[in-house]
Amino acid sequence: MDWDAFSISLQLAAATTVILLLGSVWLARWLAWSSFPGRSLVEGVVALPLVLPPTVLGYYLLVAFSRDSLLGRVFETATGTTLAFSFSGLLLASLVYSLPFAVQPLLRAFEAIPPRLREAAWCSGLGGWATFWRVELPLAWPGVLSAAVLTFAHTLGEFGVVLMVGGNIPGSTRTLAISIYDRTQAFDDAAAGSMSLLLLGFALVTVSVVYAVERRRAQLPKAAGQVAP
Amino acid sequence: MSGLRVALEQAGPIPLAAAFDCPRGQLLALVGPSGSGKSTILRCIAGLHRAQRGRVECGGVVLFDSAGGVDVSPQQRRVGMVFQDYALFPHLSVLDNVTLPLRALPAAERERIGRGLLERTRIAGLEARRPHQLSGGEQQRVALARALARDPAVLLLDEPFSAVDQVTRHRLRLELASLSRTLEVPIVLVTHDLDEASMLADQVCVLHRGETLQQGAPDAVLARPASAQVARLIDMRNLFEAQLNGHSAEQGWSELGWGGRTLRCAYAPGYDPGSRVAWCISPTNVLLIPERLRREEGENGLDTAILDLLVGSALTQAVLKCAGPPGLLLHMTLPTRVARRHALAVGGSLRISLPREAIHLMPAAAREGGRRAPT
Repeated sequence: MDWDAFSISLQLAAATTVILLLGSVWLARWLAWSSFPGRSLVEGVVALPLVLPPTVLGYYLLVAFSRDSLLGRVFETATGTTLAFSFSGLLLASLVYSLPFAVQPLLRAFEAIPPRLREAAWCSGLGGWATFWRVELPLAWPGVLSAAVLTFAHTLGEFGVVLMVGGNIPGSTRTLAISIYDRTQAFDDAAAGSMSLLLLGFALVTVSVVYAVERRRAQLPKAAGQVAP
Repeated sequence: MSGLRVALEQAGPIPLAAAFDCPRGQLLALVGPSGSGKSTILRCIAGLHRAQRGRVECGGVVLFDSAGGVDVSPQQRRVGMVFQDYALFPHLSVLDNVTLPLRALPAAERERIGRGLLERTRIAGLEARRPHQLSGGEQQRVALARALARDPAVLLLDEPFSAVDQVTRHRLRLELASLSRTLEVPIVLVTHDLDEASMLADQVCVLHRGETLQQGAPDAVLARPASAQVARLIDMRNLFEAQLNGHSAEQGWSELGWGGRTLRCAYAPGYDPGSRVAWCISPTNVLLIPERLRREEGENGLDTAILDLLVGSALTQAVLKCAGPPGLLLHMTLPTRVARRHALAVGGSLRISLPREAIHLMPAAAREGGRRAPT
């Protein structure tokens, strides 16, 4: 069991989940309630990591991280280190790679809030922030939970992008998934087996939680206006 | 303090050319077919929609003025809004729904006011329920209590009785009538139901494609529509065209040529002899002439045949065909006990009278033909 890799994976998944949720809530609200030309393009860009081979994504990220690119140069001037083959680079790659897993459950959750409820909140004197905290978030919370669980689990299990962007540096960019690959190559079946079992168990639990939350949401009435039997 | 004054204009998406006012303590009903812009006007008053041009003023406070660049946010407007589907917050209890607009107050004060409002809208005892555990009528009461919680300067009701059954609707209407007597603010009720409007409203404002065509007391609008278009919108079934033959000022009548016969109506000097006019008579004002009085000439007596009868518990509606060409149809509404006493039956004959004072003249509509236009 590679505890270093386990720790890196947890740190990466936790940081990705927190940062991505904060950003995705605003992105999803914006997408849910505004119509503008090019909306489909924005949605397409968000969903792109779902269909793109991780190697393609990893390749473009490496290009973007290089000294020749603006992003790479700015980061190197600011921190003195390169983005490629560093934990920061890995985190940035995870944010891009897991974006659809955060945005899509949130988008569905915010789209399901009837516009009338937000208007009723405004007519009750609630401003933008109060409406968000008192009405939108409580109604969208199953979506927030789904997004958090899916993002965390997906980041924990990513392999291709991590290998392309992070390499395999112990204690810095070697995640659990990479470590499993590494141990398998070295015929260390015991270590590979135990780590695989850990990820399998974790994935099963998280996906079950998401389904349970979804079912609970389906049983709840969407909004008032439906008359009780 | 003045009441509510509204003037709104826009080209689209729903065209508006609306102007009306509603004094404090009065209930104004906006009536019109669906798509006539009723809800859009309410949304403009609440600040949820911005018209291209116009002015909304309530209790001396300007809420919207396109010329002066004023557009107060919905949060800053003291407007109580009851949405058509009530828009209760499904994740909050009844009490929390009602006290949400009172967030600024201390918790104890908030709860005291909230419980008082629930008592006022006769729903005390259901504080802990969630909206989905309530019947339609109860939901409407919670929505009303929430709208009153802001101590609104104007109360807006968007088809508040459309989602409840007949019995509940009747009870809620009675409650709204008594509430409107005690509230010292203007109330605007959107409805497509004329009966509802005439039962509840002090003023009725008829809307068509966003344009306010006539405002007045319900009785006045129903009996004396300003134009053939208003008459059609308020479902005036006896709407015809005729030729104005002439006037007799000293005897106080004007004479109409209608379908080969002549009718006399109250003196109406505003119409030139020889011109086309539209006229209408409310079905309740068409009078039955009993058998024993047949020989006497009533006002505008007509012989008719009964084509159809709709017998309700209180009122009976009859469709009558005037004798001789061109077989014009008249609608008559009379108490069912009267219809029974005179043994009205389909196929039978009936002599009726159209009282002069009940015949209302309007400028001729642009369209051809004297019958009510299909809607």
